[in-house]
Order: sequence, then C-alpha cells, then structure tokens
Amino acid sequence: MNAHRSTAFAAAPEVPALPDSLLDAACRTTLGAPILLVALAAGAQVTSDQLVDAAVTPENWLTYSGTYLSQRHTTLDRITPDNVDELELKWVFQAASLEAFEATPLVVDGIMYLTEAPNTAIALDASTGRVFWRYQYDPSTEARPCCGRVNRGLAILGDKVFMATIDAELIAIDATSGQPAWQTTVADPSLGYAMTLAPLAIDDKVIVGVAGGEYGIRGFISAYDVDTGEEVWRFYTIPGPGEPGHETWEDGGDAWMNGGASVWLTGSYDPELNLTYWGIGNPGPDWNPAQRPGDNLYSDSVVALDADTGELVWHFQFTPGDPYDYDSVQIPVLVDLATEDIASEKLMLWANRNGFFYVLDRTNGEFIRGEPFVHVNWASGLDESGRPIETPQGPEAVTYPGVQGGTNWYSPSYSPNTELFYVTVWENYGTVFRPVEVEYQPGRVFGGGTLGGPIPGAANLPGFGLQPVNNWTDEVGNGAIHALDPRTGEQVWRFPTTDISHSGILTTATDVLFTGSREGYFYALDARDGTLLWRERLGGHGMNGPMSYALDGEQYVAIAMGMGLFVYGLPE
Amino acid sequence: MNTHESIGGTVPARLLARTLGLGLFLTLGGPAAAQQHAGQYDQVDIEYGAQIFAQRCVVCHGERGDLLPQANLRSGTYRNASSDRELSRVLTDGVPNTAMVPTGYTGSELTALVAYLRNITTYDPSAGSVALGDPARGRELAEGAGGCIYCHRIGAEGPRFAPALTNVGARLSAATIRRILLDPTGAMLPASRPVRVVTEDGEVIVGRRLNEDTFTVQLITQDERLVALDKTALREYAIGTESAMQPYGEIFDEAELADLLAWLLTLQGFQR
Repeated sequence: MNAHRSTAFAAAPEVPALPDSLLDAACRTTLGAPILLVALAAGAQVTSDQLVDAAVTPENWLTYSGTYLSQRHTTLDRITPDNVDELELKWVFQAASLEAFEATPLVVDGIMYLTEAPNTAIALDASTGRVFWRYQYDPSTEARPCCGRVNRGLAILGDKVFMATIDAELIAIDATSGQPAWQTTVADPSLGYAMTLAPLAIDDKVIVGVAGGEYGIRGFISAYDVDTGEEVWRFYTIPGPGEPGHETWEDGGDAWMNGGASVWLTGSYDPELNLTYWGIGNPGPDWNPAQRPGDNLYSDSVVALDADTGELVWHFQFTPGDPYDYDSVQIPVLVDLATEDIASEKLMLWANRNGFFYVLDRTNGEFIRGEPFVHVNWASGLDESGRPIETPQGPEAVTYPGVQGGTNWYSPSYSPNTELFYVTVWENYGTVFRPVEVEYQPGRVFGGGTLGGPIPGAANLPGFGLQPVNNWTDEVGNGAIHALDPRTGEQVWRFPTTDISHSGILTTATDVLFTGSREGYFYALDARDGTLLWRERLGGHGMNGPMSYALDGEQYVAIAMGMGLFVYGLPE
Repeated sequence: MNTHESIGGTVPARLLARTLGLGLFLTLGGPAAAQQHAGQYDQVDIEYGAQIFAQRCVVCHGERGDLLPQANLRSGTYRNASSDRELSRVLTDGVPNTAMVPTGYTGSELTALVAYLRNITTYDPSAGSVALGDPARGRELAEGAGGCIYCHRIGAEGPRFAPALTNVGARLSAATIRRILLDPTGAMLPASRPVRVVTEDGEVIVGRRLNEDTFTVQLITQDERLVALDKTALREYAIGTESAMQPYGEIFDEAELADLLAWLLTLQGFQR
C-alpha cells in the first residue's frame, strides 16, 4: 500500500491540470492529499488507440478477453514454469453477492474494475483489493435471465466504464467517481431480453448483444455512442422479410420473430479489417426444430460486422437448424499464423459447443478445417464448405455432445508462443433430447422439449450448481483441458479432470497455463505438454477466466472462485 | 489412473455391501419439469398417487376427482397450472382464498400425485394397486429375508456404510425406488461406487465413494470411518461398477416387492 502511494506521488508532477470535476469527485470521497493522488490514477483515460494496442501494455487488462484478438494471453513473463509453485496469495476480494461470480476484471494503471452479480460495478485498488467505489444498479424484477443473474464484466473507454444489465439496460459509469453518466434501454426484459456479457468498446462506440434464447426473443447486436448512449446501429441476428437469409426460416410464418439467436458473450475485433466478430446463440424453440424448419440464420453462426455501420460482411453457420441448443457464442479467437497449406494468415479459431474445432479465414469467413475435439455423433463430419454431415440419433438415443456442449462459454486461450489453442472441454458427455411442441407466449420459457441423461434415473446434468459433492462422474462425463493445433486440428495434449469445469483459460508468454475448476482448484499447467505445475485449493466453483496484470513490474494472476476474487503473485 | 473394473471378487461381499445408489431423480428443473403427456408417467407413481389422492384429496374433490365443478380434475386442464411443474406448485402452495390450502407434500408424493392426476381418467382405482402392497409385511421382509437393515441405517439405528434409508420415501419417487430394488447396479449413482485403494505402504482400504476430484477421493469405509486420500500417492486405485446390493426381483415375487416398496415409502425422515 505504501509503495503504491509513493508511486502515485512520484507521478503527480507529470499530471498537467486537475479538472474541477475530478477534484470535486476526489474531495467528496477522500481526505488528504496522498489519497487524492491515488484517486488521480483512477481518472486515467483509456483511448481507443490504447484498446487497439492493448498488447503493448500487458500491465493492463483492457477488455474482457485481454485484447481485441481475444486470445486471453499475457506477454507478462515474471511467472514461469520454474517459479509458478512459489505463487502466494496477495489479497482476496469477497463479493457480497451469492450469485455466480463470472466477471473478468479489467485493470487500468493499478485500478481494477469488476462487477459482482447481478449488476454492481466496483473499482478497487489492484494492489490491495480495497474498494474505491461501488455502483449498485438494482435491475427490474421483470428481468428473467435463463441461467442465473450473472454479469461477466465491464468495458472501458475514455473516462467511463460500461455495464450491460440483466434487465437489458446499458449503463455508462464515470470511472473515477463511480456515478452513472448515462443509461440506455436496450430491450424489454419482460419479453425475456437480458444482458449478461461484458460490452466491447470500439472507437467511439460500445457494443452489446442480447441474451434470451430460451424465451423466444429476436436477437440483435447493437452499438451505442460512448458519450451519449444513443444507438448508432443495430444488427438483427435473424434477418427480417426481404433481407438475405430470411428464407432460411422456411415455415413462411412468424417463427423468425421468436427465433432466439441470442448474444451473450463478448465479441472480438480486427482493427485492420475493421470487422467485429460475434458468436450467435441457438434458434428457438431450443429443442424442437420442427417448429422452425430451415437453417435458421444467423443462429449458431459467427457474424463479421463492419464496426462503423453494423453491416454484415460475412457469416459462417456452425450448426444449421440446430435441435441441440448448441449456442455458438464462444469467444472468437483471432490469430495471425503463417502456415504452409493455408493462404491466409488471418485466422479465427473456434472450439464450438457442437464438438468441432474450426479454423476459419477471418477476412472472408471461408472454412479452412474442422475436426471433432470430443465424441460427436450428431454429425459424421464436416463437408468441404464446413457444413455438418448430420447423423441424427433416434428417439431416446444419447446425442454427443450433450446439451451443454463439448465446450461452452468458458474463455479459451491461444498462445502465440506455442501456437496452440487451449480450451475447457466436457468429454464423453451426452444428452437424450425429447422435442415437444410449444406455444410462444411472451416472456415465457420457449424451450420446446425436455432432456434426459445417458443413465436413466441418475443425475444427468451438471447445471450451474455450486454443490461441493461431485455426483455425476464416470459414464456421465468428465472435464479436461485440451491443447489443439490449428495447423492440423489435432489434439496435442489433454489434461483430464474428474469433474467438469466452467472455468476459462489464461496462457502466458512463459508457457504457463492457468485455469480454475468446479472442483475448487486454481491450477497451472505447462502449456507445452500439459504437465501439472501447481495447484491451490480455493474450494469454490470457478466460473470466470483467469487474467493477469502487473504493478511496479510485479506480475499478478487473478481468478474468481466461489464468491471471491483471488489474486496471486510471487514473493517479494 | 482410474481403472473402472469390477472389484467385487477381491473384496469380502459383506464389506462391499449396499452401495445402493440413491439415484437422484433430478432432471432439468426437477421431477415435475419434464413430463407433459401420458406415457411418461410410471405406473408405480400413478398407483402411489392414487393412494395419496384417496387419503388426502377425495373429501373435497370426490373419489373421481370431479366433485367440484369449478375444479374438475378429470377435465384435462387446470385453471392455475398447465405444466407439471406448475401443477406441483399448486399442490404445494394451494390456491389462495379457496379451501385448497398449502400442503407439505414431499418430492416423491408430488411426483406421484402429478402422475395420477395426469392419468385420472384412465386409471381404475377399483382394480387396486399392484405395485404397492402392505407396509407392515414389507417391514418384516426388510428385517428378515430382505436383509435391508443389516446394511442400511434408518434413523438412529443400523450401520452407516450403505446410504441411510431414513427419508428414502420422501426423497425418491416410488418408481425410482422400485427401479433401484430391481436393478441396483444400473441405478447406482457413479458417485456412490465402491472403491478399493492400496496405499503406498500397502494398506488396503475399501469403501463407498462419497466424493472425488482430480487429485483426491473421499470415502466411507466399512468400519464407518471418513477417509480422504491423495490419489497421486496411491499404489492402486480401482472403482467398481457393480452394486453389492442384490437385485430384489431375484429373491422376492411381485407381491413381496410391492410390500417392500410400500414400507420404504413410509420412511419419511425423523419428522414431518
């Protein structure tokens, strides 16, 4: 703490002028000059250029996935395979909320910004965990997010942080004072619209998407002016009448109006192409495709949008006419990799909930390759265009992967060092799908079926529970970390775990891989070969992705487990 | 590391006894979330539901369920519920400002009542129950030829190695209990499997798995010790897939099974 304060002191003479508003904010909340100067650091601006060049300031973590490329990889190198077992707990932030802790913190020049569920934004000191401010937004009781009142974190740009709420509001919050700057209604929560993702800030806009794929929404991605909150553009993830793709809703009726195609994880951005990439969720009703014949664009697709206008530049659909709830909301991981047999070096890597690992050309959406990374029986493979060769299982037969997928929303990682892609996987996990006709009713669950497990009578779904007892192991499935080679689509190594995991992955420039688990471990593997390097028992359920930042040259790794955010570093 | 093999042959039968998997009946959203139409309801639950209905519901709703014109249970639709989950909620919470008061039905009772109500027009109560017999005779079987109490604890009595039966009649539906009786191995939860361990210094530990993760396993042993082991420091580690509980269809006829099931359903915990 003292060291941090003195750093702020040293920096003080370089600060040119103290804006009145900042002075006011600081004086209202603090006493005395030294603390005032710490508050100055909180007022640091984040420019759009800094976001583009986030990789050159690895001491900061500026977007949900670290950088616009979403590799969840840090170039910080103090923690290595040789010293990772010396890591020690530096501080813990305990959330007041008992909801799942799914947020990835941002760190800007020593200030950490995070959220706790449902919609409280918090700024704290990244060296101690002490809180500067909390902004608690109480969402409408109309909010009905399908799967928990969660929030995955903030975006930052200029002097504001941005929070998307479960009642589908977008709120800009002054990063220094913690006071709201503007608030915009994105959608109607009584119809099942919600937001759980961390927004993505690009240029002068903040971009979000809407969840609600289990409630018969019509999904969209929309951009808002960072200064005013006014909507700049909106892209509907289900094309309306007359628009290209509308013909893939073949019923000719109004299935498209309630067809889901939600967006609930943060997209990526290629500044050179000025394309922003977003994964789109399942069509609705989830499990009864008979009610929505056709491919159902752009459900279960990745879309590439012009970041200025929101116009669709290309799309690639992973699971046409999906009957399995294989949301394709996974983080689009952008990778520049020169290979002998691929013309383009600008790739997109995607381990999909449907069990296939895809390599796409992100300039045009062309399919390069796709290989199953888990047991898959709903398709025998992919054709040359990447379309699945479908092999539907009969009634009461087990479909692999199951409804939660071969992977899901847990952030993967890519290391430019090893040139490998790392993903949290559910192995040998299947579901019996039982479609049922369902009528659309506004704001009501629009699932269209029921689910069963592979062992009759046994607990079959891991759900999102925080239970300390693992009761669904063995035949019902298990977890694993997989390292996949984008040059071949093949698995290079795997680290199997007894229970499944909801945790994302962080890799470092020194080939350390960090991840959490539902078992309650925060652990490190050697990214080159999957060797276990270190493990720490934190006891809670890991439901976010680890991240890393630095203060005064010292590297830290942070992970949320249970209700706490745990921050580790090397001994002084 | 995990070798999934039968270890029944290497362990005294008594020791492995009763790894009855108390097969949790949860599917997505619980027992009543699923079934929306006939054919998915088990006959055992329908019969159990008919019994409960005859005891608890007929005073107001009549033997056929159609005594109240404003709440005709034979009409196929309900004013305050459409899904099974909603029907369960009405059964639990009652209907405000009516004689339908909140109740304390257990999960297995709710499953049974919903199953019965969904089949009320086709079920013939005069035929009597096939699946449910006499609980008093069932208790004699459990304490005699069935041998249940030699492995399972009930309340404050009995051994702890097998899962307790204290409230099995409240936790598990009639159909689930019957399935466990007929096919203990098939119904055994993976988590409850028998485990055999040889430690680095040669000690053999056999137990029923209570919990496991990638690095550790937690057991209850035959002599009722709670043991936690680091899996990375074991010489041998094997998980059995065979339940030591005998399939009761092999030793009891249908009438005896019906008696045993009826008794198990009376085990509702210490207090209600």
